[in-house]
Amino acid sequence: MQKQAIFQSKLLPYALVAPQLAIVLIFFYWPALQAVIQSFLLQDAFGLSTSFVWFENYIELFREPAYFEAVVRTFFFSFAIAISSLSFALLLAVMADKPLRGSMLYRTLLIWPYAVAPPVVGVLWIFMLHPSLGVISRYLRAAGVDWNPLLDGNQAAGLIILSAAWKQISYNFLFFLAGLQAIPKSVFEAAAIDGARPMRRFWTVTFPLLSPTIFFLLVINIVYAFFDTFGIIDTMTRGGPGTSTVTLVYKVYSDGLLGGNLGSSAAQSVVLMIMVIVLTGIQFRFVERKVTY
Amino acid sequence: MVEDEGIRRYVAHFILWIGIAIVAFPVYIAIIASTQDNALIANGQMSLLPGGHFFEVYYQTIFVGTSGSTREPVGNMMLNSLVMALAIAIGKIAISIISAYAIVYFRFPFRMSIFWIIFITLMLPVEVRIYPTYKIVADLHMLDSYAGLSLPLIASATATLLFRQFFMTVPDELLEASRIDGAGPLRFFWDTLLPLSRTNMAALFVILFILGWNQYLWPLLITTRDDMQTIQVGIRKMITTTDALTEWPIVMATAVLAMLPPVFVVVVMQKLFVRGLVETEK
Repeated sequence: MQKQAIFQSKLLPYALVAPQLAIVLIFFYWPALQAVIQSFLLQDAFGLSTSFVWFENYIELFREPAYFEAVVRTFFFSFAIAISSLSFALLLAVMADKPLRGSMLYRTLLIWPYAVAPPVVGVLWIFMLHPSLGVISRYLRAAGVDWNPLLDGNQAAGLIILSAAWKQISYNFLFFLAGLQAIPKSVFEAAAIDGARPMRRFWTVTFPLLSPTIFFLLVINIVYAFFDTFGIIDTMTRGGPGTSTVTLVYKVYSDGLLGGNLGSSAAQSVVLMIMVIVLTGIQFRFVERKVTY
Repeated sequence: MVEDEGIRRYVAHFILWIGIAIVAFPVYIAIIASTQDNALIANGQMSLLPGGHFFEVYYQTIFVGTSGSTREPVGNMMLNSLVMALAIAIGKIAISIISAYAIVYFRFPFRMSIFWIIFITLMLPVEVRIYPTYKIVADLHMLDSYAGLSLPLIASATATLLFRQFFMTVPDELLEASRIDGAGPLRFFWDTLLPLSRTNMAALFVILFILGWNQYLWPLLITTRDDMQTIQVGIRKMITTTDALTEWPIVMATAVLAMLPPVFVVVVMQKLFVRGLVETEK
């Protein structure tokens, strides 16, 4: 990772890394460290004294049923979003990979939702499926569905999953298409000569060859569902009805707004930090494999 | 493909158009709603065809805002978002390219430690350090300011990695040649490396601009003044909990305006966008 041809200078390299280093230390490491320290401290009710309490904040946190529910919910949302978005995007990518007229146009028309911000996604979908004025809700009610995501927690969760998956289709589509185009066409021809029908070709040839892409996207989608759903949830349900759409990130945010327990809020942050480290670790181990694939 | 398959092709076209319809429908509804009368929408009688209020709704949205007490023209919110997005995109590129330059082209104590310090920030997204970061920005008196909106987000491990990777592929002969010409490190960077990095910078800019424009959690926390709101935060505040008071045509016009710049960038600079997206994920 080192060049042979380099410059000699004592101070210049430090001056060049200084801006990034300053921002990273002030706005990333210092607050992260604060969160870790806070998570081991307990403040008394008046904020007058703090004491070191080891893992008490964490134990309290995991004893709190609402927190445990948020953990389960976050994982459930993540997998539901990842799987629904990935399967639909894969279907579209397999279709767009065929030698079709206008395939560039299809790509353009399918990738732009990547650019729609999560809070806007939330607004778009709640408007369509709003219980009293949504254009789709009319038909749902006409079909006899008792549709009210503002009162029914399961419907609200479904709506979040649906809209978050919708936003992620374009991203997944783009990477699936790139993955499909990287598979040499001769492989399919060989399978076809062996007499494999298209469906069989997909499951025995395409799918295994695509598995690195699928795994990579699975991780990316889970990370997305963990963090980027915040904007969708905040504009759509604000965690409600009750706490039925509160995810881990949403809980850190809303608990902090209430300004309650500093130690608990810090412990929540640290738990999230550990989850990110694990997910990033998986991602990097995998990316290394992809290079040698 | 081998056995050909007229019907299969039609099926493929059909499925793709269904996909496009699903992807486009929510946005179509938003555009339609932004041309209609609020009373009609509030009664649940919105038409699925364009209404006649296009100019009036967009005029009010951009220049006036909602009729609520905390009204703020969306034009101003867009300006805030634009400043923030540009500051984030340009800032990230600028500080990443110079740190990558130092790490690749110099040997100095703690070089690798610094590289790792930057790299590990990948694992510290703003969501995991929300309130401590808020506190620091508050202590630095940067709440409700453009600096507060952009500065804490300007570090970029991804961009630094990308430039480092790119610099490693630049032939050593270039440096030797410019050294013979008497160029020092800054001259070489400016005259040789920067022009070579143009495509990478452009691809990265497209992705980072979208990322910056779409920021939500951070601006939501640190802006309290209405005139510092970004459009993503502004749209959330327009939806009142008492549904009857929400002015949906304006909300939908704001949604359309919020989507316009990033979607435009994706569609018009598609090649750069795809390149940037694929490269930043490597």
